[in-house]
Amino acid sequence: MRMSRFFFLLGQGVKNIFTHGFMSFASVAVITACLFIMGCFSLITLNIDNMIAEMQSQNRVIAYVDEDLSEEQARALESKVSKVKNIETCEFVTREEAMTSFESDYDADLFENIDSSVFRHRYVLSLTDLSLMQETKTDLENIDGIADVRAHLDYAEKFVTLRNIVSIVSVILVVTLFVVSLFIMTNTIKLATFTRREEIAIMRMVGATNGFIRLPFVVEGLILGALGGAIAYGLVALVYHLATQKLLAAMAFGFVVLVPFSTVALPLLGVFLGVGILVGVLGGVSAIRNYLKV
Amino acid sequence: MVEFKDVRMVYKNTNAVALDGVSFSISDGEFVFLVGPSGSGKTTVIKLLTGEERITDGELNVNGFDLKKIRLRRLPRLRRTLGVIFQDFRLIDKMTVFENVAFAMRVVGAKKREINKRVPQVLELVGLAGYEKRRPEELSGGEQQRVAIARALVNNPRMIIADEPTGNLDPVRSLDLMLLLEKINELGTTVLVVTHEKELVNAFSKRVIAIDSGKVISDGMDGYYGYENE
Ligand SMILES: Nc1ncnc2c1ncn2[C@@H]1O[C@H](COP(=O)(O)OP(=O)(O)OP(=O)(O)O)[C@@H](O)[C@H]1O
Ligand SMILES: [Mg+2]
Repeated sequence: MRMSRFFFLLGQGVKNIFTHGFMSFASVAVITACLFIMGCFSLITLNIDNMIAEMQSQNRVIAYVDEDLSEEQARALESKVSKVKNIETCEFVTREEAMTSFESDYDADLFENIDSSVFRHRYVLSLTDLSLMQETKTDLENIDGIADVRAHLDYAEKFVTLRNIVSIVSVILVVTLFVVSLFIMTNTIKLATFTRREEIAIMRMVGATNGFIRLPFVVEGLILGALGGAIAYGLVALVYHLATQKLLAAMAFGFVVLVPFSTVALPLLGVFLGVGILVGVLGGVSAIRNYLKV
Repeated sequence: MVEFKDVRMVYKNTNAVALDGVSFSISDGEFVFLVGPSGSGKTTVIKLLTGEERITDGELNVNGFDLKKIRLRRLPRLRRTLGVIFQDFRLIDKMTVFENVAFAMRVVGAKKREINKRVPQVLELVGLAGYEKRRPEELSGGEQQRVAIARALVNNPRMIIADEPTGNLDPVRSLDLMLLLEKINELGTTVLVVTHEKELVNAFSKRVIAIDSGKVISDGMDGYYGYENE
């Protein structure tokens, strides 16, 4: 395409956007919302998946010692704990050690303000037979001085359920929002085609091709869609950043293994721009369709 | 070149039979009036020529395009061989005279240099040199119609089609406009003018095709109004 023609079409598209500022704003907002929600849900799903994988890679059981016991009293439990049936290895971890290893897994400065007392002394155990886990757990819980027993696999199952729910909800939300944004986009661009209906009629009369007539409206949709995608990306990046900080601090006891944003940044941006542009282009094409029938 | 062969045209939505067995042909370079009472099918003839409507039966060829079989994608090619003018001018209000005419060139991909050269030539031909910067609202009806003619001419069509071009003009302006169309015809463009203004038609010695109720009732070179019972 010739440059002058390219700029002409681009200019027409941009002009359309400003003639209907409010509707343009509305369609960008809806696409942004759609992508934002889609992004949040997929990041949640991704993180749950990640945790599940992490848990399943370990078959460890952790027996937490009652907080009231001193370190010596806690260590004294070892003989009882190791005698439980089905225990293969048994290792005592003090709360200070637990905290240090946790810090090394994550940003140290995140934990600056957490007192080491929140980590309990614990026994890290591995089992001979995983299928007998439930019984072993009960046996461990019956020992005086053991406050709580957590098996990663236990959590894994719950997380799988959670992941499935989140996936279903997000698919429904995303499809609904996709349809809504397509609808709003189409109507925004329809306004532009209505303002330009005389020009469209003349273009057709003098023999402009359908592609040429369509293009300014497709460009309009493309710009609106890409804008929505970019804004949504910025929002998701921001929210993810804030949420990971809060989550890590709040869930410091658990097995939280968060996916760093940098690993998903590029695919996320690609998908956001892609979906935004897709909605925009489809909206443009469907808005002008009625004019191009004869 | 236009060739209607036994053309029947029924509007699908109302089942109105607009044309019923219409046959005539127009050779390149001719000047033809198409006359008839209201509702006789004149505008339908034009819509068929431009591919806006399709024939129901028969055959229709326009400038080498078979309008029975033409594909939607090919319609722009057909339309570039035709220049169409309407009773209501259909100019774009927010564009100047120059822009209105240039628009027709721009949207079929003409280069800026060609546009800047060609538009003043056509405006000169229709007698609007010096009016480039005016907007349609700053022109008389006759002048607006000349802009429309300039726009129809600017891409060098083989044929000019005018549907009631003088409908909104007074008799003097109407005659001026016909003289302009005659001049354009003398420069080599085929001209088809739809009108029901008897006096205007009789002022010229041209071929007149008269239709009534969707049928051709006379077709002659005598320059008189073919049907009498208006
Ligand atoms: N879009 C349409 N849908 C259905 N019927 C139509 C349509 N346009 C025209 N007709 C019918 O077709 C017939 C011919 O109409 P047409 O517009 O060709 O007449 P005309 O000769 O141009 O009339 P006028 O001199 O009033 O412009 C009329 O009976 C009209 O009611
Ligand atoms: Mg008519």
